[in-house]
Amino acid sequence: MELANIEKLLEKYENAETSIAEENELKNYFLSNNVPEHLQEYQALFGYFSTSKQERYTKTIQLKSQKWNWKLLSVAASVILLVSIYGGHYKVQQNRAEKAYNESQLAFGMLSANLNKGTVAITQLQEFEIAKNKALKQSKK
Amino acid sequence: MKQTEFLKTVMPFKDKVFRLAKRLLVSTEEAEDATQELFFKLWKNKGKLSNYKSVEAFAMTMTKNYCFDRLKSKQASNLSLVHSNYQEKGTSLDRRVELNDSVSKVHELIENLPEQQKLIIQLRDVEQYEFDEIAKMLNIKPTAVRVTLSRARKTIKEQLLKQHNYGVS
Repeated sequence: MELANIEKLLEKYENAETSIAEENELKNYFLSNNVPEHLQEYQALFGYFSTSKQERYTKTIQLKSQKWNWKLLSVAASVILLVSIYGGHYKVQQNRAEKAYNESQLAFGMLSANLNKGTVAITQLQEFEIAKNKALKQSKK
Repeated sequence: MKQTEFLKTVMPFKDKVFRLAKRLLVSTEEAEDATQELFFKLWKNKGKLSNYKSVEAFAMTMTKNYCFDRLKSKQASNLSLVHSNYQEKGTSLDRRVELNDSVSKVHELIENLPEQQKLIIQLRDVEQYEFDEIAKMLNIKPTAVRVTLSRARKTIKEQLLKQHNYGVS
């Protein structure tokens, strides 16, 4: 394109009167290599615009928010809390029951020991009874 | 609206949203976060999308508003961080070297423009939207778009010429 034409377009460009098509014309002109010395700064300008447009958003867009995860996390935390409270309570009750069991075991042990003493005495008594009966039988004869 | 259908309408302009966010927020990470957040918002409001003539224009408006909000809150929190601001200016020697490249000079010039001019330069000169579209996105008159754009283009040109002349003389 003619230089005079380009300079006219540049003036229009500055006044923001160019159309998109005309701006593309300017862009194409300045991206080509033969740009005269006094218009060099425009080359930087239009070059910058076209490189800027090439920048991309490279990450993937997540539609599930992290706020939702917080909600889920709090639900999980409360479940864990409930379970641990229940578990703790259960454990305490178990300990209590074990203690009671041990104590009653001890009591039964004592009881049976004493009872055994009693039965020993009774067998001795029985022995005595048998001997007495024998003696009585013989004296009857 | 199903997820696949939503993605089909939304995917074509995801890069535009990202580039606009980056233009306004400057940092790539923040622009990525903003893009993610914006698409999530769109997805949550998917029922309302059919009310808009152009989902793309609506998304660009949302992006603009979101970024301006972010910038406001950032400015508010930056006030207490005077020291780190000072450091920012001093350190970046390699950035200055990088700016010798004339294309990066353009980047810096645009960065220093007022927000509205920056926005319109991005929408017109990079994304090549029509004036009417930009006017609708920003909720201003098309003539106001032209005036602002012209001002921005003139500023950039003058600054570039100034730097060019420094190099020559």
